[in-house]
Amino acid sequence: MHNNDKEQILRSSGVNVLKCMRCGKCSGTCPSYEEMEYHPHQFVYMVEKGEIDKLINSPSIYKCLTCFACVERCPRGVEPAKIVEAVRLIATRRQGENHLKAEDIPCVVEDDTPGQLLVSAFRKYKK
Amino acid sequence: MQKIGVFVCHCGTNIAGTVDVKAVAEALGKEPGVVFSAEYPYMCSEAGQNLIKNAIKEYGLTGIVVCSCSPRMHEATFRKTAAAAGLNSYMVEIANIREQCSWIHKDIKVATEKAIVLGRTAIAKVALNAPLTASESPVVKRALVIGGGIAGIQTALDIADAGYEVDLVEKEPTIGGKMAQIDKTFPTLDCAACILTPKMVDCAQNEKIHIYAYSEVEKVKGFVGNFTVSIKKKARFVDETKCTGCGVCTEKCPQKKTPNLFNLGLDTRSAIYIPFAQAIPKVATIDADYCNMLKNGKCGVCSKVCAAGAIDYKQQDQIIEQQYGAIVVATGFNPIKLDGYDEFAYNESPDVVTSLELERLMNAAGPNGGTLLRPSDKTHPHTIVFVQCVGSRDTTDCGKPYCSKICCMYTAKHAMLIRDKYPDTEVYVFYIDVRTPGKNFDEFYRRAVEEYGVHYIKGMVGKVMPQPDGKLLVRGADLLMNEQILINADMVVLAAAIEPDKSARPLATMLTASMDTNDFFTEAHPKLRPVESPTAGIFLSGVCQGPKDIPETVAQASACAAKVIGLLAKDKLLSNPCVAHSDENLCNGCSSCEKVCPYGAITYVDKEFRMPDRTTKIRRVASVNAAVCQGCGACTVACPSGAMDLSGFSNKQIMAEVDAICR
Repeated sequence: MHNNDKEQILRSSGVNVLKCMRCGKCSGTCPSYEEMEYHPHQFVYMVEKGEIDKLINSPSIYKCLTCFACVERCPRGVEPAKIVEAVRLIATRRQGENHLKAEDIPCVVEDDTPGQLLVSAFRKYKK
Repeated sequence: MQKIGVFVCHCGTNIAGTVDVKAVAEALGKEPGVVFSAEYPYMCSEAGQNLIKNAIKEYGLTGIVVCSCSPRMHEATFRKTAAAAGLNSYMVEIANIREQCSWIHKDIKVATEKAIVLGRTAIAKVALNAPLTASESPVVKRALVIGGGIAGIQTALDIADAGYEVDLVEKEPTIGGKMAQIDKTFPTLDCAACILTPKMVDCAQNEKIHIYAYSEVEKVKGFVGNFTVSIKKKARFVDETKCTGCGVCTEKCPQKKTPNLFNLGLDTRSAIYIPFAQAIPKVATIDADYCNMLKNGKCGVCSKVCAAGAIDYKQQDQIIEQQYGAIVVATGFNPIKLDGYDEFAYNESPDVVTSLELERLMNAAGPNGGTLLRPSDKTHPHTIVFVQCVGSRDTTDCGKPYCSKICCMYTAKHAMLIRDKYPDTEVYVFYIDVRTPGKNFDEFYRRAVEEYGVHYIKGMVGKVMPQPDGKLLVRGADLLMNEQILINADMVVLAAAIEPDKSARPLATMLTASMDTNDFFTEAHPKLRPVESPTAGIFLSGVCQGPKDIPETVAQASACAAKVIGLLAKDKLLSNPCVAHSDENLCNGCSSCEKVCPYGAITYVDKEFRMPDRTTKIRRVASVNAAVCQGCGACTVACPSGAMDLSGFSNKQIMAEVDAICR
């Protein structure tokens, strides 16, 4: 089960976690760092180690702003934000039928929901 | 009629353990042309070689096949054996039944079968071998060293010490290179200038060394032992023979706004300049881009104040042509441009500097006279952040995939020197790995931490944000604390990756010397021939071959000199006779061979041919310079008309081998 999750994350993100040289620049650059239980570099390492469940059950996956600063600055081209997104996708699929309609969104948006998250979501799901 | 002898080696159990050597000798004995076949435990031993010699004499052998280890191992041995018995040494073929057979197989039956096929193949080839004789070419007893940094200086000194003439070409107005810009050297903290400048003076005073400063290599022709090189002496607008280096012109020059490149543009100098006090040659140079006289004819102050009358505004570039036996490449390195790294704010804030700039800022001859001050407001910095691996180990487009090797150590040095001189300054070093392999290197780094209290943080800086108050807010990860940290710094120092000098690539093309994808020169063998280029007569010294610190550079420079001396000590060079040659009657002048030749050995000549009707016709045909050809065979494959052939590996021989395998 775990292995399947890892494989799916690697496949859907297109990320090769073995390219990571553990420099931590992703976490050094992340604007959401303080909000996250697991940080960008940990996402990469934990996926490599197969610790997927911890990530799926952590609120961290919803704290990533998908600003792609980590992707932009990673010296090895690892793209940590794509890993976070792939974990989020698995979490979403596990929850089953819970798709939001566009008109339902305003009522679930809280005051502290980062605006950038919404922009990013619309950018991703507009098709 | 060929009389071939076959000698099958057991190599102890290395071969005999997997291959039935008796069966091999027996089977090969039945091959056409074979008149003698034997096996022996160690064919390379004296007794084994005597067996070969006796058989050659007794049976009048015209060719021999030794079934043994790789030809890289003992081909030379058996060629000498054959020559000692009066057989041309190129009538020897090796069938590799060890590396390519016994070592990689387990099944005796299969391995034996394969050994027989390999032996049969070598027999088919040797039957078509022709005796070859190596030709000789003379050696010009003079070396050219390109690049006057510590690598070039050391190589030149060592070659001159052996009694040979050396020309040292340097593109800057002075020799000294990067080491002249460095303040202190790790791990002993001795001053770079104090150990470098005596060597520069030695170069200038050595009568065997001729320094061509402010000069560049323009053109290279010829081959090992006999290169012809054109050197361009760029116009300095100062007569080198008259200038005494007094420096009056540099003081009186009114154009003081010229960026001082020796101080990496951190301050300015006059348009006529001597790069630094200990420059060799100590001669002024006019920067034509800034000199008012050269730009619009309005000034001429330097000419008026020069007591020696050395100023010559009409001076032209000069081309010098010279013959050399060997060429040494010592073109060195530069830190990379940091334009691709906006996150470190290098182009945004003058207080974000590279490590080489910090060297100048801390140097007594630097812009601040040795006091470390912030470039922006000339105040004393209280917090300094060092960032390692900026552009090194970076697989993106703006970085370099390799480790620059020297940064860990010079950063430890900088951190230590700052803490020593300014104990009130806090120093933070963000590192990914600290790499300190080298004599007394790790001890040095530990001293920075344990004795000088430098804060080493495992992690990387993500962003440097210049603040309105002039401070630099540094955000980075502390991976061991699993924290993101913010440091309010006064200065940020970036350990920029190093890359080969930009002049290296066009030079490699001129020399037909190969380079890797990072523009470092390739060595002939990564372990066993580290200071030679695969192109004969071209040698490598210093960082042009790969990142190195000063001790390693000096060691390689001397090694390089030893190889050059070995070449120059010879009066004649024996060339490899296995070289390409062209059948002029078949050659259609298409230039395919010329294009694929990696050594520049092929040229085209117009030649007169007699036609059947007694008229003559000029045709363009390929001509191979046997002294330059390395026998790679690329041309024989490229030639569409089958005119190119390789002695010792002719198309006919190779086809015979293939036939023997497929039989």
